[in-house]
Amino acid sequence: MDKLAALFWNGCAAGELRYQRCGACAALQPYPRAYCLHCGAADLEWLPGQGRGTLYALTRVERAPTDEFRALAPYVIVLVDLDEGYRMMAHGVPGLAIGERVRVGFFEHGGRHLPRFDKD
Amino acid sequence: MAYITGVGDTAFGRLEGSTPLALMAQAANAALADAGLARRAIDGLLCGYATTLPHLMLSTVFAEHYGVQPQYAHALQLGGATGCAMVMLARELVDAGRCREVLVVAGENRLSGQQRDAAIQTLAQVGHPDYEVPFGATIPAYYALLASRYMHEYPVSEADLAEFAVLMRRHAGSHPGAHLQEAITVTDVLASRTIAAPLKLLDCCPISDGAVALVVSRERRGGAGVRIAGAGQAHLHQHVSCIANVSDLGARRAAGLAMAEAGIGLAGIDYLGIYDSFTITLLILLEEIGIAARGAAAARLRSGDFGASGKLALNTHGGLLSYGHCGVAGGMAHLAEAQRQLAGKAGPRQAGARHCALVHGDGGVLSSHVSLILSRDG
Repeated sequence: MDKLAALFWNGCAAGELRYQRCGACAALQPYPRAYCLHCGAADLEWLPGQGRGTLYALTRVERAPTDEFRALAPYVIVLVDLDEGYRMMAHGVPGLAIGERVRVGFFEHGGRHLPRFDKD
Repeated sequence: MAYITGVGDTAFGRLEGSTPLALMAQAANAALADAGLARRAIDGLLCGYATTLPHLMLSTVFAEHYGVQPQYAHALQLGGATGCAMVMLARELVDAGRCREVLVVAGENRLSGQQRDAAIQTLAQVGHPDYEVPFGATIPAYYALLASRYMHEYPVSEADLAEFAVLMRRHAGSHPGAHLQEAITVTDVLASRTIAAPLKLLDCCPISDGAVALVVSRERRGGAGVRIAGAGQAHLHQHVSCIANVSDLGARRAAGLAMAEAGIGLAGIDYLGIYDSFTITLLILLEEIGIAARGAAAARLRSGDFGASGKLALNTHGGLLSYGHCGVAGGMAHLAEAQRQLAGKAGPRQAGARHCALVHGDGGVLSSHVSLILSRDG
């Protein structure tokens, strides 16, 4: 895993959704990079998110890709628009609907702490 | 000017014992025979990729295997848009005077050459390795996310999606090379098992073995020529989590560039070859390009417009959904069928006289878009 991804996933293990904001232009980015997508500056700060947002899209996966995920199936994958202003993929609890307010929690699976959203 | 002067393909489906190189050679032989060309006439070679033969230099591996020594060769990788992108590039090479006869070929044993889990895991890597794949996402899941949002914004039902699976199966029924030919109904599609809701098994294309080859030439030969009249691309995102707007994925932009270059509008088109990895893919592309209003593609299908005798015959070979999907060649089958329909060589599937085709390929999760306009000359 690359260094930036490790910072994100270590945050999940600590119960926090971390995201990047550009120190030069204040733009947020959807996933971490070594530079700002908007202005190119390398001056990026990591912030802990509040973990609240609005559900943008969802699916219930019944045909899992690996044995590890077959043990979990069916499971819900969601795209969430975080209140801070960026979108991410995560898991969701069953029964969510698009447009609903959601709040993050975490569960351990396959050596990672996966963010999973529930109704707020 | 650049013309598609020859097309060749293999049957799609489970072709036990096949290899990518053997499939590519079989399709290439058929395309050269169709064009009336000898192998030595090939001075340009473009090939796709094969997940079952992930070589650094697939084009020259194929050139040596097949016995051609082109002056220009490489492989190209743009997911499902690769076939259209290769034809666009072949046209540029021919128009620039770099090549006279470009062989465009792809094929693989995607079904029989690996375990199903391996294929599904390889394809899932289209997702982001750090921020999507770790959630147990699959290609159907990426498209299902997109479907859920599109169906939230526009009045599209699961039965609407199912209509496209039924139409593709009906078209495949008249093609002896199609992977899936048994007739299905909307009820069958809706009752098939869920893969990633709202997509069910029959909303998804199969994984197939097969190959397709085309010859792109500076001069037309024989009777009617099929000219590559326009081309356009758009690439707005790679990953589904980075889609800014499900109403602007790039298809309209790419098709607009291609039509502008060809000097025609949608009204001038009478054949469609549209990428259909899933029913939702086909529906979104038709609506974004403007062939149907938002939420109205299924109504246009039900009116008969997309049938073989309709105003806009669509994927008369059965598309990815039923002719089959073996990777790059899956998207090239739309091109091969469009060329045959325009040339009047589709045999029992000939959908009357067709003059102008829009062929559109997309790679990733509606990420990379390439549109081509093919026009019948003479």
